[in-house]
Formats: sequence, structure tokens, C-alpha cells
Amino acid sequence: MKKYDKLVTNAAGRIVPTVINGEAHTPFKGVGKHKPTGRKFGPPIASCIDYPEDGNKVVADLKEALVKAGLKDGMTISTHHHFRNGDLIANQIFDIAHELGIKNLRWFPSASFPCHEHLIPYLEDGTIHHIEGSMNGALGKYCSQGKMDGVGILRSHGGRYQAVQDGEVKIDIAVIVAPTADPFGNANGVYGEAACGLLGFALADSQYAEKVVVVTDNLIPFPAIPWQIQGNYVDYVVKVDQVGIPEKIISGTTQITKSPDRLLIAEMTAQFCEATGLIHDGFSYQAGAGGTSLSIGIYFSEILKKNNWKARFIRAGSNKYPVEMLEEGLADYILDGQTFDLDGVRSMRENPNHVWTSPFTSYNYHGKGNFASLVDVVILGATEVDVHFNANVVTHSDGYLLHGIGGWQNTLFGKTTILPIPLFRDRIPVIRDEVTTLCAPGEMIDVIVTERGIAINPLRTDLIEKAKECDLPVKTIEQLKDEAEAICGLPDKPQLSDEIVAVIKWVDGTVLDSVYKVIE
Amino acid sequence: MDNTGVAGNEGTSVRSDARVSVQLLQSGGIQIDLKSKVKTLFGKQIIRLAEEIIHFFDIQHAQMEIVDTGALDFVLAARIEAAIKKVFQTEKEYLLPQLEENKTGTAKEAYRFSRLYLPGNSPKLMINAGIHQPNGLILDLEDAVAPDKKYEARFLVRNALRSLRFHGAERMVRINQGETGLEDLDYVIPHHVNLVLIPKCESAEDVQQVDEKIRQLREKHNIEHPVWLMPIIESALGVMKAFEIASASQSVAALAIGLEDYTADLGTQRTKEGNESFFARSMVVNAARAAHIQPIDSVFSDVSDMEALAENVRNSKSLGFDGMGCIHPRQIKVIHDNFAPEATEIEKALRIVAAFEEAQAKGLGVVSLGSKMIDPPVVKRAVRTVELAKSMGKI
Repeated sequence: MKKYDKLVTNAAGRIVPTVINGEAHTPFKGVGKHKPTGRKFGPPIASCIDYPEDGNKVVADLKEALVKAGLKDGMTISTHHHFRNGDLIANQIFDIAHELGIKNLRWFPSASFPCHEHLIPYLEDGTIHHIEGSMNGALGKYCSQGKMDGVGILRSHGGRYQAVQDGEVKIDIAVIVAPTADPFGNANGVYGEAACGLLGFALADSQYAEKVVVVTDNLIPFPAIPWQIQGNYVDYVVKVDQVGIPEKIISGTTQITKSPDRLLIAEMTAQFCEATGLIHDGFSYQAGAGGTSLSIGIYFSEILKKNNWKARFIRAGSNKYPVEMLEEGLADYILDGQTFDLDGVRSMRENPNHVWTSPFTSYNYHGKGNFASLVDVVILGATEVDVHFNANVVTHSDGYLLHGIGGWQNTLFGKTTILPIPLFRDRIPVIRDEVTTLCAPGEMIDVIVTERGIAINPLRTDLIEKAKECDLPVKTIEQLKDEAEAICGLPDKPQLSDEIVAVIKWVDGTVLDSVYKVIE
Repeated sequence: MDNTGVAGNEGTSVRSDARVSVQLLQSGGIQIDLKSKVKTLFGKQIIRLAEEIIHFFDIQHAQMEIVDTGALDFVLAARIEAAIKKVFQTEKEYLLPQLEENKTGTAKEAYRFSRLYLPGNSPKLMINAGIHQPNGLILDLEDAVAPDKKYEARFLVRNALRSLRFHGAERMVRINQGETGLEDLDYVIPHHVNLVLIPKCESAEDVQQVDEKIRQLREKHNIEHPVWLMPIIESALGVMKAFEIASASQSVAALAIGLEDYTADLGTQRTKEGNESFFARSMVVNAARAAHIQPIDSVFSDVSDMEALAENVRNSKSLGFDGMGCIHPRQIKVIHDNFAPEATEIEKALRIVAAFEEAQAKGLGVVSLGSKMIDPPVVKRAVRTVELAKSMGKI
């Protein structure tokens, strides 16, 4: 089987394969242009008489669960990143597959982390054929070097839900690791040693996979409440000693930045939002857990306080800072997609206004709407932006895969998307003539805030007009690019071969761009 | 003499820097080994720059190793030149073009509310310093540079004066004490420095020998723009000689106090309230005013406590200081905001200036506001307050 075939130039002008790992894919047609028809994928009909009447689905260990679930060559195995770099189970799944001599598995994680470097030998020996999910660190390098047997497919969180609903990815076995579960398979993330808040990324998998295994280190008698994952979808339950390393589950980036440069960017972003009226009573915003985003949240809360305003909701990635805002009455709700620290977990457990969401409610392309488009201000990062406001979030400027897409593409549908980014990192300018990898068409990005000036997308004439009245340093994106190059010098192009090692999906399931093998 | 020269920094926390080692050889031509985190995008350019510098110094055979963490050209060039000059005698200097914007001069009475200290051998802190809009940026060759790094720091500071973007901040350098300080001047005076800080001054001679060396260098290099001096008083003796120091030369534009060393000299501890330095600070203010120059306060060292800093600035302003040093960019705004005239102050000044202008228009010799006579010095101060408020965007 060829890794990929039938290259075409898509609507974004990027060359992409339409056959990937032997399966047909649709090239990107433009934002809002792709509308698949037909019926959603359905899992097989189950009958409750096939399941124990006493509700006890516990089996001896993970190996038994996988064997009973019918683990065999070529299957698709899904996992989830609620435990981030503290995940102990994904690696064990493939240890078992390797031990059983299983080959050519497709790993379908909602994200991978540096701890999954452990899986490289299984990519090398053919236990795992390829990864469809984020690849960073050692896995990103491995893929970028063209060593993976298949082509990697990167999707957004919403795109992952879409791919499952389309039947584009048929999950054979979903392994859902939960901080707390009962023998019936009900599970949640708010209690237990490895409490991580919510289990939203596993929701689609629980509903659509052929077989569902729940793994926990905190098995409690029925019912495990809240049942964020419902046991009615679950085939087997496994009790282990430890599912995750708590201190690594908590993300390392949940501290406000101390960097004066990043604080300045955060302050400028908040000033811009205030000056152009993007912040108002009842507004909503999304800010990630990065240091700069957190600081913007602090500045936002100062503006809200000063005006006696309140945010209707904060879309999070939550941690103690949005939680403080909720508790101080500066926001009515937190709509949480993932929880980054124990304050977030506590709040979600105790406060009914701190709501756990899933990619279905927030991002899903095949929903009858989703709330991403209701968010007023979206603060995101990027590795590169080009003079047409196209943005890259997955590869470094040297071509290596570095990050996953996460919810990044989905949140672009908010009313105003702002990228607060440094104009250059070390010596590498962030604004380029053309992004190395296209993850967002320029029409989706509204404002770029750097420490040396703010660029507004020419499509946003309303913001350009409003910004004229404030004394913030608004420049064109070309001016910013020139300024960066005057300081850093003009960088050479990364050395990429024409061999495709991964593709980037748009939120609708079409192929937006290709990632190429790096020549070292 | 060992024939390997080394300059620059490397290590896990080092960024935007390069560590360069050069070994001169008898044969074999030029070999350059580059390790760089930006090699893909800038590797060729870095090698090209290194070759150009080696060629500039007419070196035929050498082995050079560069460990780069994203250094800009002016940093790389400084590191390469310093490494070479440790093992190779030459009078030549490898100079990158001076930015046009770095050729400006400043006025003696320019506002100097804030001046940000930057360690002279740490490029990563320099690159974005100007965007925080201090009135002055000090490239520090003195206390912020370890003794064994003083030599290489001179090249970095020199190159920064030429190539770093100051975003309108006054370009300042703090030189070392004594003979080392006089040698430092060779690296800064020809490169459009605006102001030189002289540390630990205890006499007029301390200032005058610097002034004289600058005079010689100005003559030698045909320098026309002014180079101002800011002596720093950091000892009990210095305080007693404050006026003599303040009036030691026409080039002295400001007199600063450094309280860490001063309190150590007194044998006491620096406190938040600052009672121990009340006398010294008042002396410095008085001496500076008597010499018609700006009195400038010491840095506030707790960079996390912005409330305490604000209190300190208000206290400083009330003692009569015109500005203070800072060691973290986040302190700049607090310093500016609190040195800035308050709303009531501005309003009163505007009324006085208006009354003055009205009196002039009417040809009256006496300015009055309501039933009150206004003395000329009050008018002068009001004019200055209005100018200041305008420059800070308060009017």
C-alpha cells in the first residue's frame, strides 16, 4: 500500500493527497464549503442481555480486557489525553499488543505527550502503523523524519468528533482511563487520586467505538456520580494500581508569565479589546492555559471590575485564575473543555456554574450548531503567521512537528480571534511570507498582537476603524514582518523534501495541508 | 599564552547568546563548527558572518566552535571578535553599521524618570528592553558583569550601542571604577553613547578624569554630539562631597545615589522606610539642585512588590528627586505614573500658565491668580509641569 496518493491542489492552494493510508479523503474546499450528506456512522447494536445482570463488568487486567475486546492486527485503538504527560495507560496498551505480537495498529489519541516517547519502538517494529492525533516531542520528530509506516493525520478536537461521526475513523477499541469509575463503567474525572476534571475527549469514543474499556485506579460501588462517561456504553472495566502521575497531570503552563515582554503583550491585548469595545458587560471569552493567555485573563478581570461588568461565560481550559473570576462574581459560568489544575477540578466538582463540556457541545462540525461561534473574544497562540494572516500551530519554522491542533482550529469560529505572539522567538521571526504548515486560513484570524505592534486583518474594517481612535501601535502585518526581519535577518527556508509524512485536517474533515519530511 | 580564546555564554537558561571558542593554528585553513538552535534557518548566515570576521582580522588558520542559542548578528559578532582578540593582537575593530536611529543626541535636561539597568554581558535581556519605554537604558559594565566577563562585555556593549533598538530611550553605559572604567570608554564613546554613569564617585577628580578621557576621545573621533555624565554616589564620603561632584564638569547632567553600597558603607541595613538614607538622599537632592542638575534616586530592589515601589516613588518625588533607576521592565510604568504630576497639580499649573500668558499679553509685569501674586519661580515650575504632563500624555 502506498502511504498516500492522488495529489491535488486544494482551495487554499496547498498540495494534498486524496488517498491517505489507502483511504479516500476530501481536499479542503474553503471555509464553510464542505457539507457531507447521508447518515452518521453507527456502532453495532448491543443488547443488555449480553452483559452481566449484576452490572459487574470488571475483568482481571488490561490484557484480558483487550483480548476480550478482540484485539487484532490492523485495529484502531483510541486513547485520551486527560492525564496529559502523567498518562500511564496508553503505553501499557501497546506493551500488551507488542507482547501478543499484534501488528499494524492505528493509534487514535486525542493528543500525545512526551511520556509517549515510549511508543517509538512499537512504531519501529510495526506494532503501531501510524498515529492519527497530535505528535510532538520525540514522536513529532520521528514522524517529521519520515520514519512512520503510514501518514500521520492531525485533527482538531472537534475534527476528531467529526471523523468519528462520519465513520472516517472507526474505533475498534476505546480505552478510557478514568480517575473514578464503578464496576458498571460509569466514570468521572472529578474524584480520585488522578482527578483531572472532566472526560469530554472520550465522549465520542464511548458512544461510537465497537468496544469500550474503562480503566481506573479508584473503583467505587455503583453509581459513580457524576457519570461523565455512562456505563451503558462500556464493555469492560479494569482496576489498576495507578492510572496517572498526579503532578504531571497538572499542566506546567498554568502560571502567569513573569516575562516582562509577554506581560506587555498581554496588557496590549487587553487594552486593544477595551479600546475597540470587544469587552463589554455580558461578553464571553476563551483563553488558554499558557502564561500569556492567563495574564490576559487577569487584565480582563481588571477591566470588568473597573466597569462593574461581568462576563457571561469564560470558555476554558480552566485553572485557578478563571475559577477566581467565577467565585468573585466576575463571570456567570465557566464552560470547561479541560481542567489544568486542582483548583479547576475542585471548582468543577463543587460549583454547578463550572460546567464540563465535550467537543460535541463546543466544537462538533456535525452538531446542529456549536458554541464556539458564540464566543466573543478568542485568545490563541501560533508558531507562525504569514502576511495573509494564515497561521500555523503544528510545525516549528524548521519544519518539525511540534504541537497538536487541539481545539485551536475550532475556536477560530469565535467572533474575534486574537493571536498575542512575540514578533520573534530567539532569532526566528513569527511573521513569514508563507506559513510552513497551514492550519488556519487567514480569514479566520482577526488580530495579531506583538510587543512591537498590532496588526488587524484587512477584512475587519470595523476593528480597523475603532482602533484609529486609540493610541495603540497599530501597524500593517507587512510592517511587522519587515521590523522582525530588520532585527533578526531574513531566515532561510527550512529544508523539506516533497515526501508527505502527515496531513492537517480542517474542522470539516477535508485535507487542509500536508506536512513534509524534514531533510536533516 | 594559551592559543584558545573563548567568549560568550551557554547553558540551559542562556538564550539569544553564543559561546565562541577560537583556536589559532599553524596550518589547515579555517574550520568552523556550528551548533545552533536556529541552524536550519540561520546556519548559513552565521557561518558567513564568522568567516567574514575571521577574514577581516587576516587570520589564515583557525578552528572555531560556535554554540549558538539564537544570537542576533551584533551579539555573534561581539562574541567572535572577543574570542579572537583574546589570542590575537590587533588594533582593528569589526564594526557593524550603526543604526541611523542610534545616532541621535540628547539634551542635558532630558527627562530621566526611569533608567533600566541591563547586565552588559546578557544579550537576552537587552533585545526587548526598549519596548518597555524607559527614559534611559543602561548597558552595565560594572556590578552586573562578573570580573572574568568584563573584557568580552565591552564588545557586546559596543555592538549594542550600534545595533540594538533603543526605541527612543537614552543610550547609557555604566562604566567600571578607576582605570578599568577609563578603558571602558574606548569601547563606548565612539559609538554614540548619550550618557555615561560613573560609579562610586567620591571626589570631583573621579568625574574629571572621566571627563578628560572623553574629551580626548571626542577629539580623536570627531564626535560632535554631547556625552553627558551621571556620577553615582555610593558612600558616606561621596555624600559629603556631593556638591563638588555635581559641579565637577559642565557635562554632568544628573547626580544619582546608590543605596545598596551606601548603607553597607554606613554599616546599616536598607529598610523600606529608608530612614537610614534620609540624610544622604536629601544631600544628593540639595547638591544636584545647587548645581542645576537632576537628582536621581536609587533603584528599588523588590521587583515583585509594585505597591511598595509606588510608595517609594512618591516618597522619592516628595524628597525632590527627578527620577530613579529600575532593574525590571515592569517597574518602569509604576515609576512614570508616580513621578508624573497629579491631576490637581496639572490643573493648577495650567491655570498659572494661562494667567502668566494673559499677563504677558497685557504687558503686565506681575502675574496674579485671583487675589494671589505668583512669583516667577512658581511660573517656571508650572510651565515645566505642563510640558511634562503633555509629554506623558496626561493633557
